Amino acid sequence: MNILEKKIRDAAAERRVALIPFVTAGFPDESRFWPTLVELDENGADIIEIGIPFSDPVADGPVVEEASRRMLSDGVNLRQILAEIAQRKGLLKAGIVLMGYLNPFLQYGYENLAKDAQAAGVHGLIIPDLPYEESGVLRAVLKKRAIALIPLVGHNTSQERMALYAAGNEGYVYVVSVMGTTGARENLASQVTDTLRRARAVFTVPVALGFGLNNPTQLTYLPRDAQPDAVVFGSALLTHLDEGKSAAEFLARWH
Amino acid sequence: MKNSYFGEFGGCFVPELLMPPLLEVEAAMNDILPTPSFQNDLNDLLRDYAGRPTPLTYCPALSSECGFHLWLKREDLLHTGAHKINNTLGQALLARRMGKTALLAETGAGQHGVGTAAVAARLGMQCVIFMGAEDVERQSANVTRMKILGAEVHPVENGTRTLKDAINAALRYWISHQRTTHYCFGTAAGPHPFPTLVRLFQSVIGKETRAQCLEKTGGLPDAVVACVGGGSNAIGIFHAFLEDASVRLFGVEAAGTGEPGCFNSAPLNLGVPGVLHGSHTMLLQNNDGQIEPSQSVSAGLDYPGVGPEHAWLHKSGRAHYGMVKDANALAAFRRLCRSEGILPALESSHALAFVLDHPNRFAPGNAVIVNLSGRGDKDMDIVTQALEEEGHEHS
Repeated sequence: MNILEKKIRDAAAERRVALIPFVTAGFPDESRFWPTLVELDENGADIIEIGIPFSDPVADGPVVEEASRRMLSDGVNLRQILAEIAQRKGLLKAGIVLMGYLNPFLQYGYENLAKDAQAAGVHGLIIPDLPYEESGVLRAVLKKRAIALIPLVGHNTSQERMALYAAGNEGYVYVVSVMGTTGARENLASQVTDTLRRARAVFTVPVALGFGLNNPTQLTYLPRDAQPDAVVFGSALLTHLDEGKSAAEFLARWH
Repeated sequence: MKNSYFGEFGGCFVPELLMPPLLEVEAAMNDILPTPSFQNDLNDLLRDYAGRPTPLTYCPALSSECGFHLWLKREDLLHTGAHKINNTLGQALLARRMGKTALLAETGAGQHGVGTAAVAARLGMQCVIFMGAEDVERQSANVTRMKILGAEVHPVENGTRTLKDAINAALRYWISHQRTTHYCFGTAAGPHPFPTLVRLFQSVIGKETRAQCLEKTGGLPDAVVACVGGGSNAIGIFHAFLEDASVRLFGVEAAGTGEPGCFNSAPLNLGVPGVLHGSHTMLLQNNDGQIEPSQSVSAGLDYPGVGPEHAWLHKSGRAHYGMVKDANALAAFRRLCRSEGILPALESSHALAFVLDHPNRFAPGNAVIVNLSGRGDKDMDIVTQALEEEGHEHS
């Protein structure tokens, strides 16, 4: 079993939803980034998604886009992030996933990326602008290095398209809760229940819910059979951290 | 998806949430577009609303100065002032048959925005336009035209505040409005099927040009020249000539100011392959894969990427791509005004400059056709300012 799947199954065995915080690489600044990851790790994060900044983040809302822009102007880049993760390999209990747009990965080179990511202890990649049709080459390269390529599906993803992603899928599947970009919202769309049920029926890996999450009460509106195995939160956490508040405090509301 | 690549270029690199609407457009392109009833409706509108066919105009004064025969394909005479309406009419008709009630578009110079707004009004559809805030400032006349035509215009303040960022914003908007809205993409770039769809609608330029040239000169042209931003006017005029090995094809990219290390809009000449806006193509980017800002005096060429079919024609060698600086485009603009009484868009002026500045590229007696993709009325503010600056320098 892929280690990301195991992390989420372990949380389920403890009768809790797995927690997957997303933090843009280098955020909120150079001195606070690693302490933030350590604090998330010590306070219940099962998997940590590290965002690789990109100049043109078409699937992101204003908070993640702004974080991305700030980190780019601070000189954050993929090579440096991989080196930093490698240096601290084994210090975090949580699974590590890199989330970013295709072009920086493409310019790094797929083979180099897979090699360096594996060496750094990265367990998975999420690439929002890499749909199934374009993913074959990278998927094969990553598979040799036991790195999962986590798919994103949404309300308009048919059973047929979900099945394409499900074949050979490892780690987890990321269900996008809104027909829009990343960013915290108060109410989950009513379609979420239906999409979570459909994803459960098609995927054998755990189901994570993200885009628009900021507090656990949002989940109470979902029926029992449509509860996600894991929740991802990005924008709400970035905003919280940017206000100078602690990662521990943010995670506390999910315990 | 089928045939989404031109050699190694093209593809469909978008979030999964945009795959269903793109597959829907692809299906409409394959199933609706070729039908006689669609083609009849489109041809009626192209003739009676847009003003096709456009003339192929001989330039006697410039021909005698250059020593070869210079012809202009007059897309500037189309309704709304540029070739853009060939594509917006086609996509809007397609969108209506797909049951969509609204059109979404990005625009750089504003020509595609105006072309979309006019067609939306004509066909009774809603219209939403995203335009970089810098472009809103430098092409304000077109913003007014779009609004008067009933479009909702959203200035985009993100990133470089130009076309690239308008496309990002439009893609985001489309994710949440795909049920009712068709994204009327403005150039032969972006994710599949847009490079093919836009070329299908723009290739009317080349088909007409080829027939007109045969009729007027008794033969094919020796060269066809067009400016390349995203590349829709160029692919539109090139396509009918791809199999004619004797016809040389020249695309012209914008070199910006031409100062060493300046920003430019010439990814075919100065970029490397990468993925942006759904397509694997030539891009201006740094070593980390971050997209570099582009720059050009003409907003319509100011884009760090290019349509994937041009990337392929460049690599395969079937077409050649040159570069022209801002100042040379402005000089060509003035020369056409004074010599032939035609006021070209600054975009098209790049193609003209490529021909006028290096007449020895062509043999005496050659027939050279420049695609005059748009008219320059929208550029009066920029041209006036440039003339004033020049006047000061010379005084």
